[in-house]
Amino acid sequence: MTLPITGTASLVLAVVFGFLFGLLLQRGGVANYNTIVNQFRLKDFTVLKVMFTAIVVGGIGVLLLHQAGHAAYHIKPANMLGIVLGAAIFGVGMVTYGYCPGTGVAAVATGSVHALVGFAGMLAGGILYALSFHWVNEHILSVAALGKVRLPEVTGIADWIWFVILAGMAAIVFGIIERMERAGRRRL
Amino acid sequence: MNETTETARPASFVRRSRWNPYLVGIGIGLLSWAVFAVVNNPLGVTTALSQWAGAVAEPVMGAEGLKTNPYWAKHLPRWDYGTLFLIGTFFGALVGAWLSRDVRIEVVPAVWRERFGPSVAKRLAVAFLGGVLAMYGARMAGGCTSGNGLSGSMQLALSGWTFFLTMFISGLLTAWVMFGRARSGIASDVSAAQKEHNS
Repeated sequence: MTLPITGTASLVLAVVFGFLFGLLLQRGGVANYNTIVNQFRLKDFTVLKVMFTAIVVGGIGVLLLHQAGHAAYHIKPANMLGIVLGAAIFGVGMVTYGYCPGTGVAAVATGSVHALVGFAGMLAGGILYALSFHWVNEHILSVAALGKVRLPEVTGIADWIWFVILAGMAAIVFGIIERMERAGRRRL
Repeated sequence: MNETTETARPASFVRRSRWNPYLVGIGIGLLSWAVFAVVNNPLGVTTALSQWAGAVAEPVMGAEGLKTNPYWAKHLPRWDYGTLFLIGTFFGALVGAWLSRDVRIEVVPAVWRERFGPSVAKRLAVAFLGGVLAMYGARMAGGCTSGNGLSGSMQLALSGWTFFLTMFISGLLTAWVMFGRARSGIASDVSAAQKEHNS
Protein backbone atom coordinates (compact mmCIF):
# COMPACT_ATOMS: atom_id res chain seq x y z
CA MET A 1 0.00 0.00 0.00
CA THR A 2 1.48 3.33 -0.99
CA LEU A 3 0.56 6.42 0.95
CA PRO A 4 -1.03 8.85 0.63
CA ILE A 5 -4.15 7.24 -0.76
CA THR A 6 -5.78 9.27 -3.54
CA GLY A 7 -8.69 8.92 -5.95
CA THR A 8 -11.94 7.15 -5.14
CA ALA A 9 -10.51 5.29 -2.15
CA SER A 10 -9.67 8.62 -0.51
CA LEU A 11 -13.29 9.73 -0.93
CA VAL A 12 -14.47 6.65 0.98
CA LEU A 13 -11.91 7.41 3.67
CA ALA A 14 -13.17 11.01 3.76
CA VAL A 15 -16.56 9.76 4.92
CA VAL A 16 -14.93 7.42 7.49
CA PHE A 17 -12.64 10.09 8.91
CA GLY A 18 -15.45 12.64 8.90
CA PHE A 19 -17.67 10.15 10.70
CA LEU A 20 -15.07 9.65 13.44
CA PHE A 21 -14.62 13.42 13.74
CA GLY A 22 -18.36 13.98 14.14
CA LEU A 23 -18.64 11.16 16.65
CA LEU A 24 -15.77 12.57 18.72
CA LEU A 25 -17.22 16.10 18.65
CA GLN A 26 -20.63 14.84 19.76
CA ARG A 27 -19.34 12.58 22.54
CA GLY A 28 -16.88 15.27 23.58
CA GLY A 29 -19.89 17.43 24.37
CA VAL A 30 -18.65 20.20 22.09
CA ALA A 31 -21.53 19.85 19.62
CA ASN A 32 -23.53 21.55 22.38
CA TYR A 33 -24.31 25.28 22.56
CA ASN A 34 -24.14 25.40 26.37
CA THR A 35 -20.68 23.78 26.49
CA ILE A 36 -19.19 26.15 23.91
CA VAL A 37 -20.69 29.37 25.27
CA ASN A 38 -19.80 28.42 28.84
CA GLN A 39 -16.19 27.92 27.73
CA PHE A 40 -16.05 31.57 26.71
CA ARG A 41 -17.76 32.52 30.00
CA LEU A 42 -15.00 30.51 31.74
CA LYS A 43 -17.58 28.26 33.38
CA ASP A 44 -16.87 25.03 31.49
CA PHE A 45 -13.44 24.08 30.18
CA THR A 46 -14.41 21.12 27.99
CA VAL A 47 -13.55 22.92 24.73
CA LEU A 48 -10.08 23.85 25.95
CA LYS A 49 -9.45 20.32 27.25
CA VAL A 50 -10.43 18.74 23.94
CA MET A 51 -8.60 21.23 21.71
CA PHE A 52 -5.37 21.57 23.68
CA THR A 53 -5.07 17.78 24.09
CA ALA A 54 -5.72 17.26 20.38
CA ILE A 55 -3.10 19.87 19.42
CA VAL A 56 -0.38 18.33 21.64
CA VAL A 57 -1.13 14.68 20.78
CA GLY A 58 -1.78 15.40 17.10
CA GLY A 59 1.21 17.72 16.81
CA ILE A 60 3.76 15.30 18.26
CA GLY A 61 2.52 12.54 15.94
CA VAL A 62 2.49 14.76 12.86
CA LEU A 63 6.00 16.01 13.69
CA LEU A 64 7.32 12.42 13.97
CA LEU A 65 5.49 11.40 10.78
CA HIS A 66 6.91 14.42 8.99
CA GLN A 67 10.46 13.75 10.13
CA ALA A 68 10.15 10.12 9.01
CA GLY A 69 8.97 11.34 5.60
CA HIS A 70 5.42 10.01 5.97
CA ALA A 71 3.52 13.31 6.17
CA ALA A 72 3.72 16.63 4.37
CA TYR A 73 2.94 19.88 6.14
CA HIS A 74 -0.05 21.94 5.04
CA ILE A 75 0.75 25.40 6.32
CA LYS A 76 -1.73 28.20 5.70
CA PRO A 77 -0.12 31.53 4.76
CA ALA A 78 0.35 33.94 7.65
CA ASN A 79 -1.53 36.93 6.19
CA MET A 80 -1.40 38.57 9.58
CA LEU A 81 -4.01 41.32 9.09
CA GLY A 82 -6.47 38.88 7.53
CA ILE A 83 -5.96 36.32 10.29
CA VAL A 84 -6.23 38.77 13.18
CA LEU A 85 -9.28 40.50 11.68
CA GLY A 86 -10.86 37.23 10.55
CA ALA A 87 -10.26 35.52 13.92
CA ALA A 88 -11.70 38.53 15.76
CA ILE A 89 -14.86 38.35 13.62
CA PHE A 90 -14.89 34.57 14.04
CA GLY A 91 -14.77 34.88 17.84
CA VAL A 92 -17.86 37.10 17.83
CA GLY A 93 -19.55 34.68 15.44
CA MET A 94 -18.66 31.59 17.45
CA VAL A 95 -20.12 32.96 20.70
CA THR A 96 -23.27 34.42 19.11
CA TYR A 97 -23.89 31.33 16.95
CA GLY A 98 -22.79 29.13 19.85
CA TYR A 99 -20.90 26.77 17.57
CA CYS A 100 -17.94 26.78 15.26
CA PRO A 101 -18.48 25.54 11.69
CA GLY A 102 -17.58 21.89 12.40
CA THR A 103 -19.46 21.59 15.70
CA GLY A 104 -22.39 23.43 14.09
CA VAL A 105 -22.72 20.71 11.46
CA ALA A 106 -22.48 18.06 14.20
CA ALA A 107 -25.12 19.88 16.28
CA VAL A 108 -27.56 19.99 13.36
CA ALA A 109 -27.32 16.19 13.31
CA THR A 110 -28.26 15.99 17.00
CA GLY A 111 -31.45 18.02 16.46
CA SER A 112 -30.37 21.59 17.11
CA VAL A 113 -32.70 23.83 15.11
CA HIS A 114 -30.80 27.03 15.90
CA ALA A 115 -27.62 25.31 14.69
CA LEU A 116 -29.39 24.63 11.39
CA VAL A 117 -30.45 28.28 11.07
CA GLY A 118 -26.88 29.33 11.85
CA PHE A 119 -25.70 26.84 9.25
CA ALA A 120 -27.80 28.73 6.68
CA GLY A 121 -26.09 31.85 8.01
CA MET A 122 -22.71 30.23 7.35
CA LEU A 123 -23.68 29.56 3.74
CA ALA A 124 -24.75 33.21 3.46
CA GLY A 125 -21.41 34.22 5.01
CA GLY A 126 -19.62 32.08 2.44
CA ILE A 127 -21.48 33.82 -0.37
CA LEU A 128 -20.69 37.25 1.09
CA TYR A 129 -17.04 36.33 1.35
CA ALA A 130 -16.81 35.09 -2.24
CA LEU A 131 -18.52 38.26 -3.47
CA SER A 132 -16.18 40.51 -1.48
CA PHE A 133 -13.07 38.37 -2.02
CA HIS A 134 -11.57 40.59 -4.71
CA TRP A 135 -11.53 43.60 -2.39
CA VAL A 136 -10.49 41.61 0.72
CA ASN A 137 -7.65 39.98 -1.19
CA GLU A 138 -6.29 43.31 -2.38
CA HIS A 139 -6.71 45.38 0.77
CA ILE A 140 -6.53 42.93 3.69
CA LEU A 141 -4.89 39.62 2.80
CA SER A 142 -1.92 41.39 1.24
CA VAL A 143 -1.10 43.35 4.42
CA ALA A 144 1.65 41.85 6.60
CA ALA A 145 1.65 38.68 4.50
CA LEU A 146 4.51 36.68 5.97
CA GLY A 147 4.02 33.51 3.91
CA LYS A 148 3.66 29.88 5.00
CA VAL A 149 5.84 30.18 8.08
CA ARG A 150 6.05 28.02 11.19
CA LEU A 151 6.89 29.05 14.75
CA PRO A 152 10.26 27.18 14.77
CA GLU A 153 11.40 29.30 11.80
CA VAL A 154 10.05 32.55 13.22
CA THR A 155 11.47 32.06 16.72
CA GLY A 156 14.52 29.88 16.15
CA ILE A 157 13.19 27.50 18.81
CA ALA A 158 13.28 23.87 17.64
CA ASP A 159 10.10 21.88 16.99
CA TRP A 160 10.54 19.43 19.85
CA ILE A 161 11.19 22.23 22.35
CA TRP A 162 7.88 23.77 21.30
CA PHE A 163 6.11 20.52 22.10
CA VAL A 164 7.89 20.19 25.44
CA ILE A 165 6.67 23.72 26.26
CA LEU A 166 3.12 23.03 25.00
CA ALA A 167 2.85 19.70 26.82
CA GLY A 168 4.13 21.35 30.01
CA MET A 169 1.63 24.19 29.63
CA ALA A 170 -1.16 21.70 29.03
CA ALA A 171 -0.23 19.76 32.17
CA ILE A 172 -0.20 22.93 34.30
CA VAL A 173 -3.41 24.40 32.82
CA PHE A 174 -5.29 21.10 33.09
CA GLY A 175 -4.05 20.65 36.67
CA ILE A 176 -5.41 24.08 37.64
CA ILE A 177 -8.72 23.48 35.85
CA GLU A 178 -9.26 20.08 37.50
CA ARG A 179 -8.52 21.60 40.90
CA MET A 180 -10.98 24.45 40.30
CA GLU A 181 -13.66 22.03 39.12
CA ARG A 182 -13.24 19.86 42.21
CA ALA A 183 -13.52 22.96 44.40
CA GLY A 184 -16.61 24.06 42.43
CA ARG A 185 -18.29 20.68 42.94
CA ARG A 186 -17.59 20.75 46.67
CA ARG A 187 -19.32 24.13 46.97
CA LEU A 188 -22.60 22.79 45.57
CA MET B 1 -28.96 20.73 41.34
CA ASN B 2 -26.49 18.78 43.45
CA GLU B 3 -26.43 15.48 41.58
CA THR B 4 -24.32 15.38 38.45
CA THR B 5 -25.69 13.16 35.75
CA GLU B 6 -22.54 11.09 35.25
CA THR B 7 -23.14 9.42 38.56
CA ALA B 8 -26.90 9.34 38.13
CA ARG B 9 -26.77 7.58 34.80
CA PRO B 10 -24.20 4.80 34.50
CA ALA B 11 -24.02 3.56 30.92
CA SER B 12 -21.78 1.55 28.67
CA PHE B 13 -19.09 3.37 26.68
CA VAL B 14 -21.18 3.15 23.50
CA ARG B 15 -24.31 4.59 25.14
CA ARG B 16 -22.63 7.17 27.37
CA SER B 17 -23.62 10.77 26.47
CA ARG B 18 -20.19 12.16 27.15
CA TRP B 19 -16.74 10.72 26.88
CA ASN B 20 -13.85 12.05 28.91
CA PRO B 21 -12.74 15.27 27.15
CA TYR B 22 -9.05 14.37 27.36
CA LEU B 23 -9.83 11.02 25.73
CA VAL B 24 -11.75 12.82 22.99
CA GLY B 25 -8.80 15.18 22.51
CA ILE B 26 -6.46 12.20 22.18
CA GLY B 27 -8.91 10.69 19.68
CA ILE B 28 -8.91 13.84 17.53
CA GLY B 29 -5.11 13.93 17.78
CA LEU B 30 -4.84 10.32 16.57
CA LEU B 31 -7.35 11.06 13.81
CA SER B 32 -5.03 13.88 12.70
CA TRP B 33 -2.12 11.46 12.39
CA ALA B 34 -4.28 9.31 10.13
CA VAL B 35 -5.52 12.11 7.88
CA PHE B 36 -2.03 13.55 7.47
CA ALA B 37 -0.38 10.21 6.72
CA VAL B 38 -3.11 8.31 4.89
CA VAL B 39 -4.90 10.92 2.77
CA ASN B 40 -2.46 13.85 2.98
CA ASN B 41 -5.33 16.14 3.92
CA PRO B 42 -5.51 17.90 7.28
CA LEU B 43 -8.77 18.33 9.23
CA GLY B 44 -10.75 21.30 7.97
CA VAL B 45 -14.34 22.39 7.48
CA THR B 46 -14.86 25.82 5.93
CA THR B 47 -13.10 25.21 2.61
CA ALA B 48 -15.81 22.64 1.86
CA LEU B 49 -18.49 24.97 3.24
CA SER B 50 -17.49 27.74 0.83
CA GLN B 51 -18.00 25.24 -2.01
CA TRP B 52 -21.47 24.51 -0.59
CA ALA B 53 -22.12 28.26 -0.50
CA GLY B 54 -21.19 28.26 -4.17
CA ALA B 55 -23.71 25.50 -4.83
CA VAL B 56 -26.40 27.63 -3.14
CA ALA B 57 -25.43 30.68 -5.19
CA GLU B 58 -25.21 28.79 -8.49
CA PRO B 59 -28.95 28.92 -9.40
CA VAL B 60 -28.77 32.71 -9.15
CA MET B 61 -25.29 33.38 -10.48
CA GLY B 62 -25.12 30.56 -13.04
CA ALA B 63 -22.22 28.16 -13.55
CA GLU B 64 -20.37 30.80 -15.57
CA GLY B 65 -20.95 33.35 -12.84
CA LEU B 66 -19.22 31.09 -10.32
CA LYS B 67 -16.27 30.49 -12.63
CA THR B 68 -15.70 34.19 -13.14
CA ASN B 69 -15.77 34.93 -9.41
CA PRO B 70 -12.11 34.99 -8.31
CA TYR B 71 -12.91 33.03 -5.12
CA TRP B 72 -15.29 30.36 -6.37
CA ALA B 73 -13.10 29.79 -9.43
CA LYS B 74 -10.75 28.10 -6.94
CA HIS B 75 -13.56 26.55 -4.84
CA LEU B 76 -16.10 25.20 -7.32
CA PRO B 77 -18.78 22.96 -5.77
CA ARG B 78 -17.80 19.33 -6.21
CA TRP B 79 -18.01 15.97 -4.46
CA ASP B 80 -14.44 16.08 -3.23
CA TYR B 81 -12.64 14.98 -0.08
CA GLY B 82 -13.66 17.99 2.02
CA THR B 83 -17.34 17.79 1.12
CA LEU B 84 -17.53 14.07 1.88
CA PHE B 85 -15.62 14.57 5.13
CA LEU B 86 -18.27 17.08 6.22
CA ILE B 87 -21.09 14.69 5.32
CA GLY B 88 -19.28 12.05 7.38
CA THR B 89 -19.10 14.52 10.29
CA PHE B 90 -22.88 14.96 10.17
CA PHE B 91 -23.53 11.22 10.27
CA GLY B 92 -20.89 10.57 12.94
CA ALA B 93 -22.60 13.05 15.25
CA LEU B 94 -26.02 11.64 14.34
CA VAL B 95 -25.05 8.04 15.13
CA GLY B 96 -23.24 9.14 18.30
CA ALA B 97 -26.27 11.06 19.55
CA TRP B 98 -28.67 8.34 18.48
CA LEU B 99 -26.78 5.61 20.36
CA SER B 100 -26.71 7.69 23.55
CA ARG B 101 -30.34 8.78 23.02
CA ASP B 102 -29.28 12.41 22.77
CA VAL B 103 -31.07 13.33 19.54
CA ARG B 104 -33.50 16.02 20.61
CA ILE B 105 -34.98 19.14 19.10
CA GLU B 106 -33.36 22.22 20.62
CA VAL B 107 -34.44 25.69 19.55
CA VAL B 108 -33.54 27.94 22.49
CA PRO B 109 -30.69 26.43 24.54
CA ALA B 110 -30.61 26.67 28.36
CA VAL B 111 -27.75 29.14 28.75
CA TRP B 112 -29.28 31.46 26.16
CA ARG B 113 -32.76 31.28 27.69
CA GLU B 114 -31.45 32.06 31.15
CA ARG B 115 -30.01 35.35 29.87
CA PHE B 116 -32.17 36.37 26.89
CA GLY B 117 -35.48 34.66 27.55
CA PRO B 118 -37.52 32.11 25.60
CA SER B 119 -38.04 34.11 22.37
CA VAL B 120 -37.49 31.78 19.41
CA ALA B 121 -37.22 34.62 16.88
CA LYS B 122 -34.51 36.35 18.90
CA ARG B 123 -32.41 33.21 19.23
CA LEU B 124 -32.74 32.21 15.58
CA ALA B 125 -31.94 35.72 14.32
CA VAL B 126 -28.75 35.86 16.40
CA ALA B 127 -27.80 32.29 15.43
CA PHE B 128 -28.14 33.24 11.75
CA LEU B 129 -26.04 36.39 12.12
CA GLY B 130 -23.49 34.47 14.20
CA GLY B 131 -23.23 31.90 11.44
CA VAL B 132 -22.62 34.66 8.88
CA LEU B 133 -19.84 36.16 11.01
CA ALA B 134 -18.23 32.80 11.86
CA MET B 135 -18.02 31.79 8.22
CA TYR B 136 -16.91 35.19 6.95
CA GLY B 137 -14.22 35.48 9.62
CA ALA B 138 -13.03 31.92 9.08
CA ARG B 139 -12.63 32.47 5.35
CA MET B 140 -10.77 35.74 5.85
CA ALA B 141 -8.44 33.99 8.28
CA GLY B 142 -8.02 31.01 5.92
CA GLY B 143 -9.69 28.46 8.20
CA CYS B 144 -11.81 27.89 11.29
CA THR B 145 -11.33 26.15 14.62
CA SER B 146 -10.51 22.94 12.73
CA GLY B 147 -8.35 24.10 9.83
CA ASN B 148 -6.52 26.85 11.69
CA GLY B 149 -7.11 26.14 15.38
CA LEU B 150 -6.43 22.39 15.35
CA SER B 151 -4.57 21.52 12.15
CA GLY B 152 -2.63 24.79 11.95
CA SER B 153 -1.66 24.89 15.60
CA MET B 154 -0.50 21.26 15.70
CA GLN B 155 1.81 21.98 12.74
CA LEU B 156 3.14 24.94 14.73
CA ALA B 157 1.97 27.28 11.95
CA LEU B 158 2.18 30.98 12.79
CA SER B 159 -1.22 31.35 11.08
CA GLY B 160 -2.80 28.65 13.28
CA TRP B 161 -1.61 30.01 16.62
CA THR B 162 -2.40 33.62 15.68
CA PHE B 163 -5.93 32.52 14.82
CA PHE B 164 -6.37 30.39 17.95
CA LEU B 165 -5.27 33.09 20.40
CA THR B 166 -7.08 35.98 18.65
CA MET B 167 -10.28 33.97 18.31
CA PHE B 168 -10.21 33.04 21.98
CA ILE B 169 -9.69 36.61 23.17
CA SER B 170 -12.45 37.86 20.86
CA GLY B 171 -14.77 35.11 22.09
CA LEU B 172 -14.07 35.96 25.74
CA LEU B 173 -14.85 39.64 25.13
CA THR B 174 -18.02 38.76 23.24
CA ALA B 175 -19.21 36.46 26.04
CA TRP B 176 -18.40 39.17 28.58
CA VAL B 177 -20.46 41.74 26.68
CA MET B 178 -23.34 39.29 26.17
CA PHE B 179 -23.48 37.62 29.57
CA GLY B 180 -21.66 40.00 31.87
CA ARG B 181 -19.21 38.97 34.54
CA ALA B 182 -19.33 35.41 35.83
CA ARG B 183 -21.43 35.37 38.98
CA SER B 184 -20.63 31.93 40.27
CA GLY B 185 -17.67 29.66 39.71
CA ILE B 186 -17.23 26.69 37.40
CA ALA B 187 -19.39 23.57 37.75
CA SER B 188 -22.61 25.15 39.05
CA ASP B 189 -23.65 26.22 35.56
CA VAL B 190 -22.20 23.07 34.10
CA SER B 191 -24.57 20.99 36.13
CA ALA B 192 -27.48 23.26 35.19
CA ALA B 193 -26.63 22.85 31.52
CA GLN B 194 -26.17 19.11 32.03
CA LYS B 195 -29.48 18.84 33.79
CA GLU B 196 -31.16 20.63 30.92
CA HIS B 197 -29.24 18.48 28.46
CA ASN B 198 -30.51 15.30 30.05
CA SER B 199 -34.03 16.37 30.83
